[in-house]
Amino acid sequence: MSALQEIVDVTPVEATPKKYIALGGYASVAVLVLLIAAPLFAKNFIIFQMTMWLIYAIAVLALNILTGGSGQFSLGQSAFYAVGAYTSAILMEHFNVNYALTLPIAGVICFAFGYVFGQPALRLSGVYLALATFALATAMPQLLKLGYFEHWTGGVQGLVVTKPDAPFGLPMSQDMWLYYFTLVISIMIYVFSVNLLKSRSGRAMMAIRDNEIAASAMGVDVALYKTLAFGISAGITGVAGGLGAIAVQFVAPDSYTIQLAIALFLGMVVGGVGWLPGSLAGSAFIVFVPNIAESVSKGLSGAVFGAILIVIIFVLPHGARQIAYLSQHWINKLIHK
Amino acid sequence: MLAVHDVSVVFGGIIALNGVSFDMQQGQILGLIGPNGAGKTTLFNCLSRLYQPSKGDILLDGESILTRPPHRIAEIGIGRTFQNVALFPNLTVLDNVRVGTHSRTNSDIISDSLRLPWVRNGEAALNKRVDEILGYLDLRDVAHTTVAGLPFGTQKRVELARALAAQPKILLLDEPAGGLNHEEVYVLGDLIRRIRDDRGVTVLLVEHHMGLVMSIADHVVALNFGRKLAEGTPAQVQADPDVIKAYLGSKDS
Repeated sequence: MSALQEIVDVTPVEATPKKYIALGGYASVAVLVLLIAAPLFAKNFIIFQMTMWLIYAIAVLALNILTGGSGQFSLGQSAFYAVGAYTSAILMEHFNVNYALTLPIAGVICFAFGYVFGQPALRLSGVYLALATFALATAMPQLLKLGYFEHWTGGVQGLVVTKPDAPFGLPMSQDMWLYYFTLVISIMIYVFSVNLLKSRSGRAMMAIRDNEIAASAMGVDVALYKTLAFGISAGITGVAGGLGAIAVQFVAPDSYTIQLAIALFLGMVVGGVGWLPGSLAGSAFIVFVPNIAESVSKGLSGAVFGAILIVIIFVLPHGARQIAYLSQHWINKLIHK
Repeated sequence: MLAVHDVSVVFGGIIALNGVSFDMQQGQILGLIGPNGAGKTTLFNCLSRLYQPSKGDILLDGESILTRPPHRIAEIGIGRTFQNVALFPNLTVLDNVRVGTHSRTNSDIISDSLRLPWVRNGEAALNKRVDEILGYLDLRDVAHTTVAGLPFGTQKRVELARALAAQPKILLLDEPAGGLNHEEVYVLGDLIRRIRDDRGVTVLLVEHHMGLVMSIADHVVALNFGRKLAEGTPAQVQADPDVIKAYLGSKDS
């Protein structure tokens, strides 16, 4: 953070703490207007992609709370995403639960799962924790394929999920309805997350990230807040997974491999660790840049993607946050001239 | 008020503390001195519950603190600062001090994320208290600065502010003068005395800087090789032949 401040050369007093994790008022409104207006001018397939963009943004945000907020690494987010997706799919297809209702259930189940997984993770930190979560991510697809659960999960075949229509006879396509539905949930999750990180609980988590012993001396129950952070992160990822299942209309074990977890991790870094609005930028990177890479070269799309990634990391080591700081700085300069 | 009773700490075969006892009175500034390796920091870490004594007990107002986990120490009124400053470097001064109030406030993650009215009221009350402390320690100008970029002397004040935010009955200061120049040590001494007088906080001062201890402490405990060497007023301890031999050296006085 301090290095970042040197780069943008702002007087430190100007920067208020809330801008460290959220966007200012004008910027938020601008982004919101863009998000609401965009699908009105897009084709259904583009709208579907934008929905996936929002869904991954939720998952990146969840990881951001864990890593940026409480300082714990996770390469296991794909497992939580998978549990959320299967929860929604199974509830919808086997129990005929309304799709909107499956999301909070997926969230609660994943919260519990993350909270429990956070217990053993307490003994690990840094790269070792990353490895433990990595193990979770590699185990999950196989667990989902187990014959024992096949009646529910559909085994290797997976489950087909029915796409919901717009309610109340609203004149919009399924894709557009799902986009706005996802947008509302994204906004709710974003607002709750910003509130959380700015609150007593959020401060406790960030205190743990910065110095565990000092946090404990201030009365912060380090174990409790670390596992809570895991639970919250998993719960939000689970909601994203549930939304993903509804949007894609299909869940299968191999959609939720370690590759997804790494993509989410990438999205967090590109967006800026600890800066929640960056989740949207990071998610855009993991959803759209592979397409761009493919349009450059079909055979070497992976290499092109890698090259783009390296350039971005060189130019913007602090991710999208850096762009935000720089533009804020320039706008301030323009205004004060 | 705080009673250290026959405390011993053994690491492997090394006896770091050997049956140390002393009492602290309400409103006192107690200086804990001793040469390097005397056991000052070990004792300090027992008080802040980072180490578990192998023998003896530590009582606050007659109740043992040794059954409490480290994070339940702040709530009974024991606050501390760290030897080389242990702040939360990426948080602002304001947020650092707010974390200090953690043991005096309540919330849960659901109310916090919904920002329920009672959470908002709590935060408002907390901000008022934090602002008062920032003003008291002259930190208002840097309230929104991240701590990492601040000068060392200011960081020490932030740490004091954070400790005070928990409304401690006893403040444990681990070598507060370390890294400060002559002028700053003098100012710090004044500040510690002011905190005691204004806020009725009892202070335990672990310090190398003899000048500081002797000028502000009411009572001094000297340790050497894990044992209590002497105890009394600064003048008494300074005159004690064992202390002179162990710590001040024989040629100075």
